[in-house]
Amino acid sequence: MRGEAVQRLPAPDHGPSPEGTQIFLHRFQAHPLTVRRALKAASARFRGQISAQEAGTLELVLAEVMNNIVEHSYGRAGRGCITLSILREVRGLSCLVCDEGTPLPPVCLEPPRLPNIDCVLADLPEGGFGWYLIRDLTLDLAYRREEGHNLLAFRLPLQAG
Amino acid sequence: MNLHAETRDGALIVQMGERRLDAAIAIRFKDRMREILSDPAPQVILDLSAVDFLDSSGLGAIVAVMKSLPGGCQLELAGLTPNVDKVFRLTRMDSVFVIHPGRAGIGLLDAG
Repeated sequence: MRGEAVQRLPAPDHGPSPEGTQIFLHRFQAHPLTVRRALKAASARFRGQISAQEAGTLELVLAEVMNNIVEHSYGRAGRGCITLSILREVRGLSCLVCDEGTPLPPVCLEPPRLPNIDCVLADLPEGGFGWYLIRDLTLDLAYRREEGHNLLAFRLPLQAG
Repeated sequence: MNLHAETRDGALIVQMGERRLDAAIAIRFKDRMREILSDPAPQVILDLSAVDFLDSSGLGAIVAVMKSLPGGCQLELAGLTPNVDKVFRLTRMDSVFVIHPGRAGIGLLDAG
């Protein structure tokens, strides 16, 4: 992927893509290895539609969101489903991630703060970067708890095609 | 876990052979690195040139490995690919690690 020229498909407002390549939906049992497979499938769907840099950002943000679900939302239960949907539209990639685990702690939705790294080596943080990356790299983040589901929506901006 | 270690000119160079350093292998990476580093070396360089994906769990594992080194030893990094470099920059962890621009062992040790 890296360094290759991007051939853009017609922008969505120029008419629907007949193969529906701007739509991605994936539902799977939450586990670090199935998260990997979902990331691979999402990357494959949008290959050629977004730049290598945008693909890297998409993979990073989705990995952080879905691994948080595996580790925290389903952490105690140990299992559950994740539904990932992505739509490529004019303003970017609109993502919706759904799970049925514990509610998202409100602290995740507060303004992003980078863990303090201005400290001695022994005190360096080993965690707390995931939500910072999500907040830093996405726009229009929204969360809703509905009928036992966590619904997390956000947008990844794309360069003008 | 594909990790290869060799000593070159007194420095221990550890080559990460996996393409991903993520939540799925972060704990195994930490454990293997601790095994490799149980024999202390004054300079340890982790070459990440094969890694094209790093997430916050992988980053946390690298930080944990550095913290586990005995006093006076630093973990240096080399061969950061664009996606990996981005995670270090966004989290400002690029200010914590010595990061060599190229791959470990290629014109690198002469400089230090």
